Amino acid sequence: MSAPEAPPVAPSSALPRQATGVDRRRAFVDKLARGACVAATVLAIVPLVAVLIYVAAKGIGSLSLDFLTNTPAPMGEVGGGIKNAIIGTLLLVGIASLIGIPIGVITGIYLAELGRYSKFAQAVRFSADILGGVPSIVIGVFVYTAIVLHWGYSAMAGSVSLAIIMLPTVIRTTEEMLKLVPDALREAALALGVPRWKAISSIVVRTALPGIATGVMLAVARIAGETAPLLFTAFGNDAVSTSLTKPIGSLPQMIFTHSTSADAEWHRQAAAGALVLVILILVLNIGARVFIRRRG
Amino acid sequence: MSMMMAQSKSESQPIPVTPPRAAVAPGIKMEAKGLKAWFGKSQALKGIDLPLAENQVTAIIGPSGCGKSTFVRCLNRMHEVVPGAHATGTVTLDGADIYGAGTDPVLVRRRVGMVFQKPNPFPTMSIRENVLAGLRLNGRRPADAAALVETSLRQVALWDEVKDRLDRAGTSLSGGQQQRLCIARALALEPEVLLMDEPCSALDPIATARIEELIHEIGQRYTIVIVTHNMQQAARVSHYTAFFYMGELIEHAPTDRMFTQPSNPKTEDYITGRFG
Repeated sequence: MSAPEAPPVAPSSALPRQATGVDRRRAFVDKLARGACVAATVLAIVPLVAVLIYVAAKGIGSLSLDFLTNTPAPMGEVGGGIKNAIIGTLLLVGIASLIGIPIGVITGIYLAELGRYSKFAQAVRFSADILGGVPSIVIGVFVYTAIVLHWGYSAMAGSVSLAIIMLPTVIRTTEEMLKLVPDALREAALALGVPRWKAISSIVVRTALPGIATGVMLAVARIAGETAPLLFTAFGNDAVSTSLTKPIGSLPQMIFTHSTSADAEWHRQAAAGALVLVILILVLNIGARVFIRRRG
Repeated sequence: MSMMMAQSKSESQPIPVTPPRAAVAPGIKMEAKGLKAWFGKSQALKGIDLPLAENQVTAIIGPSGCGKSTFVRCLNRMHEVVPGAHATGTVTLDGADIYGAGTDPVLVRRRVGMVFQKPNPFPTMSIRENVLAGLRLNGRRPADAAALVETSLRQVALWDEVKDRLDRAGTSLSGGQQQRLCIARALALEPEVLLMDEPCSALDPIATARIEELIHEIGQRYTIVIVTHNMQQAARVSHYTAFFYMGELIEHAPTDRMFTQPSNPKTEDYITGRFG
């Protein structure tokens, strides 16, 4: 790069016009940093892709209509399916979402819009962060003592533990997404003589909806794969059940019991169950995104 | 401290004022008395007494941080929306104190509309929905929404530019168009007063000229208060000008007089560019 002759200005403070050692080093460091970023990204994607390929390769062989529409066969026998687990997971995740999403979103709205700087909000924020770091099995133990010891194993107990697990994610993502909405929009709404609650619900939340939905979907995906807290709350059930007050099966638990058994057929079924779970989450995710895009 | 307008029959003012251009002895639409405003502990307004003439354009000028924006935000009780901000004193609208006990700020804002520095159309709404937003969000369904959209957009000279794409997002427009859309959105509520907080500072000269033209047109039907950094703009669009400095009102006079024979040396220094 040779620059045209500059008009004579104070030469003492002017930057050099030819590449110097400093410039060459800067270019080298730039390449190095870029390379490191690409390498780290690839490294992060490898396990994700590997898991998907592994699950698909192992599970696809056992996947059939019979597998989806039958209840499990006794160990050692060929056949049997995961109908009970699919219905169980849908029910558990559905009820947990019905409990967790409204509470979480409304709490997030409170933290971002109403009590942003209050002591109470800080306490809630702190609790949510702590709750988010609590191992899910501990939440299972809590629900076991709070619910199961009084009313026995049930789908409801399982749903409650899943709802508790999803709460921190929903609360914090809702809050963060609402904080991203520019104050200019809040002021625009208020200046039109719109009451505050309406400005929040119709403008602020509406604007942040895609982000909130993404956070909610992440939370739903996470609880759909939770195993530990279900072991001693929902307990498991080899028969199809839709009762909230009875034990219920679920895909993660089916995967757990099948893959820790001594039977090769069950191992294959565990992989197939995992594949079904992954697909289920994927469908839920895409469905939610399409729904949001239509409305937004 | 400030020169008052002498057109109100009930008040006898010592200083006779030359009638501003196109002015027909207007009454007073809004009036601030002893208005003080704070952000937390720092005081932004130190007791402002300023009448605003009805169906006239009043420009507020002054250097950055002088309290111009804070003043207009007090006129529709938007100042208190900022956490930690509060105001004391009175501001009357048609004689009634908008800071009086039991006055709902929401109702004040429906009568005193506002346009902000940066255009802020609602991103989730189409052009049409943005114009109707003020009504819809207040739970009112206009009898003839299409006509209201058209008249509002015509008032801001935006109709011809957007009539074929009313369903496109409001944010798809250019900056100047977005600002006119925001003005249309405010006008659709038929406010009595329109506050404009540096409405052209984010716009290019052509868009600015359009907004100024617009202020000229609607200034005969609305009481307009415009904050501006641009003294030429104040001279072009306003009937009255108020000069603020360090949270105080230094001078208030008909615009032509303010710019030709200011009575306060500080005003003269500012408008001749000696500071600020």
